[in-house]
This record gives sequence, structure tokens and C-alpha cells, in this order.
Amino acid sequence: MQSDIKRLSLILLFAPFALWILLLIILPHLGMVVLSLREKVAPRVYEFGFGNYIDFINEPIYWNTLLRTGSMSILVTILALLIGFPIAYYIAKIAGRRSRGALFLLCLIPLWVSDLIRAFGWILLLRETGVFSSFLQWSGMVSEPIEFLYNDVTVVMGLVYTVILFMIVPLVSTLDGMDDAMIEAGYNLGGNGYTVLRRIIVPYAMPGIVSGCIVVFMMTAGSYLTPILLGGKNSSWFTEQIYDQFITRFNWESGAAFGFLLLAFTSFVVWLGLKLSGQTLANTVAKS
Amino acid sequence: MANPNKNPAFMFGYRLYVAAFFIFLAAPLIAAGAFAFNDSLFPALPWQGFTLDWFFNDTEPKLGMFHDRRLLRGLYYSFIIGILVSTLSVFVGTTNAFLFVRGNFPAKNFFYILMILPLVIPGVILGISILVLASNMANGVEDRFNLELEFLRPGILLVVLGQFSFITTITSLVITARLKKFDYSMEEAALNLGASRIQVLRSVTLPFLRPAMIAAGIVGFLVSFENFNTTLFLVGSESPLTITMYDRMAKVGSTPVLNAVSFFLIVGSGLLALISVAVQRDPPS
Repeated sequence: MQSDIKRLSLILLFAPFALWILLLIILPHLGMVVLSLREKVAPRVYEFGFGNYIDFINEPIYWNTLLRTGSMSILVTILALLIGFPIAYYIAKIAGRRSRGALFLLCLIPLWVSDLIRAFGWILLLRETGVFSSFLQWSGMVSEPIEFLYNDVTVVMGLVYTVILFMIVPLVSTLDGMDDAMIEAGYNLGGNGYTVLRRIIVPYAMPGIVSGCIVVFMMTAGSYLTPILLGGKNSSWFTEQIYDQFITRFNWESGAAFGFLLLAFTSFVVWLGLKLSGQTLANTVAKS
Repeated sequence: MANPNKNPAFMFGYRLYVAAFFIFLAAPLIAAGAFAFNDSLFPALPWQGFTLDWFFNDTEPKLGMFHDRRLLRGLYYSFIIGILVSTLSVFVGTTNAFLFVRGNFPAKNFFYILMILPLVIPGVILGISILVLASNMANGVEDRFNLELEFLRPGILLVVLGQFSFITTITSLVITARLKKFDYSMEEAALNLGASRIQVLRSVTLPFLRPAMIAAGIVGFLVSFENFNTTLFLVGSESPLTITMYDRMAKVGSTPVLNAVSFFLIVGSGLLALISVAVQRDPPS
């Protein structure tokens, strides 16, 4: 009797989970893969085949865009880690008790403001008629308006800006759990700042670092607004290709193939990162 | 303090770096918000004087956001979608929390990773995969039974499902974290005092979870409200606010009314984020 009730409640709890994962995650992704393996041979006539993937390989623009998206996303991830780590360390370990909470809140609030608004803000600052250009002209440093938008440096900066808080927040929570005595012990044993960082702090923070890197990398590779708004029409971001195939050309088969390739490629990079750092998905992303 | 041998020059530089970072963090938000109050037709310098026209004026060319029909409709749809998504995802997030904290079943770790997965799948891909599945179903039903299932075409339902598919992971994680802190002896005490299981759930366990559920609901609402990538592929004629704003930015060019909306959203989401942090704090005892 007791075990029957337990079983029943387990099934009742499992049902929403199973419906969610099956109907909204597994089936749609299978459907996408199946669709990507259909070739159009005549109007409304389809055949099974790898044509969409062969098209991808034969057209350098497509795989160049994917490689570019991937390498720029890795660059953004590294920059976000390098810029974010000292900030997270400051919030978790150096700031006083009261300012710690305030600084952490200051990090959380922009997190909930739409990417669109943040990109819009950058456009207002950086465009030819924008604040920076006007300021430089007013101060007499330049005589002509300067366009800061539509180049790769701005795109990378904008992407770092968009994702960096997703790096800082898991790092703060990991570093927060670290006992200060560990760091002091490192110094007492004669370590200098660099060895303490390398031998004690970074190994301890590794789950947070990996978790932040995974989330940041996936968000960057999958981002659409920031590269398009800050990079303009020539930003060559892979999500733009997917949008183009789906909405502009209405070629869903090839769009689905591109979607699957993006997913496979980013998953491969994440898998590689986990293997190299000796972490698993369960003890990194799940914990933050 | 964690760093015993502090070099004053180093610490000064470090603090300067942190300050510069927060200026970097705030700069675009300030730019997006401040130009809402500039009495000019363009969101650019020079400053022409303070105005509230971009919020309240009712005539072109300076149509304020509270008189702009399309923006208001976008706000309304975003609100409806956000409420639906956060309600649904808090419900499933709560059942997931009980499932993974209390349940005992084979391959639990595998299922837990499945639960995390939607968070790391790019939003664009969630969008297209759900679009493909829904359209396939709609087309199949149409071909076979000659029945047009309007709700499987891009529109509010698909947007809600698309956002729900990854926001549920967030709500599950928030509520799971709280349920893990629950002290079992509280339930046992209630059971020993003669309460039924349902009563214990309603009067002991759920009240304990309530702060996390509220916080998860607020976070879900905010993420839904600001989502763009997934929504872009699933949207029908009822565009939520982010899509309406993007269209206007890309096609019409920006006027300060977009700054007014930005200001409104920055303040609104900032307040909601503060509330979500505040409810999760344990009351001082």
C-alpha cells in the first residue's frame, strides 16, 4: 500500500518532466534532424539524402561563417573569463561585507535587461552621430565624425558585454564558498600572489570557471541580436545564416541542417572543454 | 580579508579596474535610458532640454510610448506571454524539484542532465526545432484529415512553448536548490501530529518553498519578457515588445520613443529583480 502510493506519486511527478523533455526538446530536435536529411528533388517532392550537408561543405561561405562564429565565440569566452575573474574575486573575497551584496546586485540587474536594449545603448554611444564621436569632436581630438560600429572589435566587445555577467555570477558563488584560510595558508607556506592564484584559487574555482565558460560560449555562438545590430549586415554570424534560410529563403531543409550543424559544433567544443578540464556537465552547470 | 600582503598601489589599481568595469556595465544602459528625456527627434547629442513627451505626448511626430498603439500592444502580448510562461514553468519546476530531490528511480543522473540541457541549447535552435515539429504536425493533420490546426502555426502558443522549454530549467534549478535545504524533521513532526500527507504538503512543505517559487516566477517572467532568439522564429501576428522594438529599430530607424520604452523596461526589470532577490532572503529571526 505504502509503496503503491510512492510509485503513483513518482509517476505523477515524472509525467510533467517527461512531457516537457520529450515534446519540447527531444522530438523537435529529432524532427529537425529528419527534416535536414530531406532533399528537394522537385516542387513538393522530397527524397532522403545528405544533400543539405553536402551543400554546406561545397559552399565556403557557409563553413567559413561557422568557423568564424566558433572562433570568435571562443575568443569572447576567454576575454569574458579574463575580464570577469578579477571582478568576481573582488566581489567574493576583497569587498567588505556590505559592499559585497551591493556590488553583486549591481551585477544582477543588467542581467535582466534585454539584449536588445543593451545593444541599442551601444549603438547610441558608438555610431557616427553617437555620443563618443560627438564627444571626440567637441573636445577637438578629431575633426570628422567617427563610425565605431560595424567592425569585428565592436562585435567582440558587445558580445563580451552581453555575456560577461553569466561568467561572473557562477564565479562569485564558487569563490564565495572558498575558505579564506586556504589562501592564507598558501601565503604562509611562502607562496607569492601568482602561485597562490595558480595552485589554490584557480583549481578551487574550476567548476565555476567551466560552468561560466560553457554558458557563455553557448550563448555567444547562439546569439543573434548583438552581432547583427553592432556588426551590421556583414557580421557573418552563423545564426544569421539559419534565419536567412528559414525566414528569407524559406528553405527549411537547409536551415534545419544548419541548425543541427551549429548544435553539433558547439556541443563538440563544450565536450572538448569538459574533457580537457576534467569536469562533467553535472558538477558544473547544474551547480550554479 | 583574503589577501594578507597587500600592496597599496596594486590595491588602488585593482579598485580602479573594478570601478571601470562597473562604468562599462552601466554606460549603454544609461545611454539607452537618458535619451528618453531629450527634447529632440533623434536619440543623439546635443542635449536639447528635458521633456517627458516621449512618454506622454499624444501627437506625431513626437508620439509618446503610452499613446503608441503598436508598442502598447507589444507590451500587452509580452505581459500575457510572460505570465503564462512563468506560471507553467514554476509548476513544472516544482514537480521537477520534488522528482529530483525526493524521487528514487533508475538513471536519475542521466535525467538530471537532460533537465539541464535546454539551458545550453542555443535559443535559435530551440526556436526552429519547435517550429519544425509544430508545422509538421499541422501539415500532417491537414493532409490527412483536411483540418487546419491554427494553434500549431506560429503564434502565442508556440512562443509560450518555446520559451517554456528552456525557462523551466531555470525555475527547476532555483526551486531544487531551496528544496534541498528543507529539514525533513519538520514534515515528520507534522505527520506525527496526525496531519495527512496532503495537509503536510500544503501547510509545511509548500510554504517553505514559496520564496523560491516566487523568485523563480519573477525570473521566468523577466527571461520571457526579454527573450528574442527563440521568439523570433515562433512569432505570428501577435508580436511581443522585443520583436516590435527590433522591427522598428531595423526598419523605421530609431526615435527617442524607443529610449522611453528602454527606460521603462530597465526600471521595471530592475525593480522585479530586486524583489526576486529580496523574497529569497530568509527573514531575520
